[in-house]
Amino acid sequence: MRPTIPLLILALLLSACGPDSPRLASQSLRVFAAASLNDAFSEIGQAFETSHPGSKVQFNFAGSNTLRAQIEQGASPDVFASANTKEMTTLIAAGFVQQPDQKIFLTNKLVIVVPKGNPAGIQSPSDLARTGVKIVLAAAEVPAGRYARQALEQLNAAYGENYSAQVMDNVVSNETDVRQALAKVQLGEVDAGIVYTSDAVAAPEVGQIAIPDPYNISAEYPIAPLVHAPNPELARQFVDFVLSPAGKSILEKWGFTPP
Amino acid sequence: MAGNGRSDWLFVLPSLVLVSLLGLPILALFARGVNPDFLAFALTPTALSALKLSLLTSSLSLLVSVVFGTPLAYMLARWKFSGKSWLELLIDLPVVLPPSVAGLALLVAFGRAGVFGPGLSLMGVSLPFTSAAVVMAQTFVAAPLYVRSARIGFAEIEMQLEEAAHVEGANQWQLFRFVMFPLAGRALVSGGILTWTRALGEFGATLLFAGNLEGVTQTMPLAIYLGFERSLGVAIALSVLLVIVAVIVLLVMRRMETKSDNY
Repeated sequence: MRPTIPLLILALLLSACGPDSPRLASQSLRVFAAASLNDAFSEIGQAFETSHPGSKVQFNFAGSNTLRAQIEQGASPDVFASANTKEMTTLIAAGFVQQPDQKIFLTNKLVIVVPKGNPAGIQSPSDLARTGVKIVLAAAEVPAGRYARQALEQLNAAYGENYSAQVMDNVVSNETDVRQALAKVQLGEVDAGIVYTSDAVAAPEVGQIAIPDPYNISAEYPIAPLVHAPNPELARQFVDFVLSPAGKSILEKWGFTPP
Repeated sequence: MAGNGRSDWLFVLPSLVLVSLLGLPILALFARGVNPDFLAFALTPTALSALKLSLLTSSLSLLVSVVFGTPLAYMLARWKFSGKSWLELLIDLPVVLPPSVAGLALLVAFGRAGVFGPGLSLMGVSLPFTSAAVVMAQTFVAAPLYVRSARIGFAEIEMQLEEAAHVEGANQWQLFRFVMFPLAGRALVSGGILTWTRALGEFGATLLFAGNLEGVTQTMPLAIYLGFERSLGVAIALSVLLVIVAVIVLLVMRRMETKSDNY
């Protein structure tokens, strides 16, 4: 009689995995998302798991360029959400993403942040050019850093053509991603930093100084399922969920502006 | 073959697995990195200033480790005092700590808003985001390797030799110059190798405590990380450059190591 029990278990397992079984017990979804999406997407992931029972969402948060490079080097997530259109365009050109699948799901702006107590007394963007002010930016290689430099250039129109050069002279560090820049401000190691408005929401203790709209930038975040997504159906459902009213309200809560 | 016949594969096969894991990535780096664009990528002003800063800061870290670590290593090897085992634990700690913890600890201690920050700024000293911070971060993670090695080297020298030197009227300096340094030479040099190369490769603690600014705090590992953000070609070229520098450092120090054996 001994072999019957293992055989029975095997038969049960086979029937559970068979093509006519209604669905798998658990489906996992891998999402590569820009570092600035950390808080918002973690919450969206939980909401998605609740509304799609049996699904399990795994995130890899990093700089968009790092994620793009990882995909090019063979990582195969189901969904990619980038902090700029440049990385997504690169992946579309290389055939990893289909052009019509790409959707802009939010926009983000920049804001000046200062540590608690505002030690350097920063009141407006013009104060960033004062001698001796210590400023931290994201490196020019990551989207947040590129946008910050672009906004500073645009502020030259308001504060004179030397403004951005003077601010750049005050930069003590170009951090590897925008959250690192925010962390240096939170720790009080610098007088000011330039981050996304969504980052400032995630750090309520820092003070905010607005960059006026005409000089600010509007960062567009695209999201898309990958062509080689291991789980294409769930990938589409996740993208739809991010674009749905439920997804939008979570994004708004974390300081983003859905388009 | 040095082995005895048929069971050789028991040694060769597992060794091959590990050697492949260690060797193949380096080979791949060279296979991808060594191409006509290599020089253009590797000799950019950014790469050169990072290389210069890396060599300067890692050498200073080695100097600091030797100057302050040698007396400490001797104390640990020879003296008996209360709390010695706790001191040893403290010195071993940075070796097992993740570099990110080391960087955060340095920032929380010596940063502007850190525990000792207000005292330092009264003296007009501001450490974060300076080249000095790079040396501090490197020394924090790398100096323990030298101290450990030197301590073992000193401990292995027989007490009688030291006592004999004292009886012969040798002063402290002569004792070290003619007895301790030659006999512990191998341990001191190999400790130095480990410390210098560890300092050369330091990334996490530097990034957190010193930040990233070209020519001031952007060492090779940081430039490689940002090169990765910029383009893989630059990152690979810089990595190949750092591997070459590391191999040269190892070869030079090995040469010194064998020389010190012939004392």
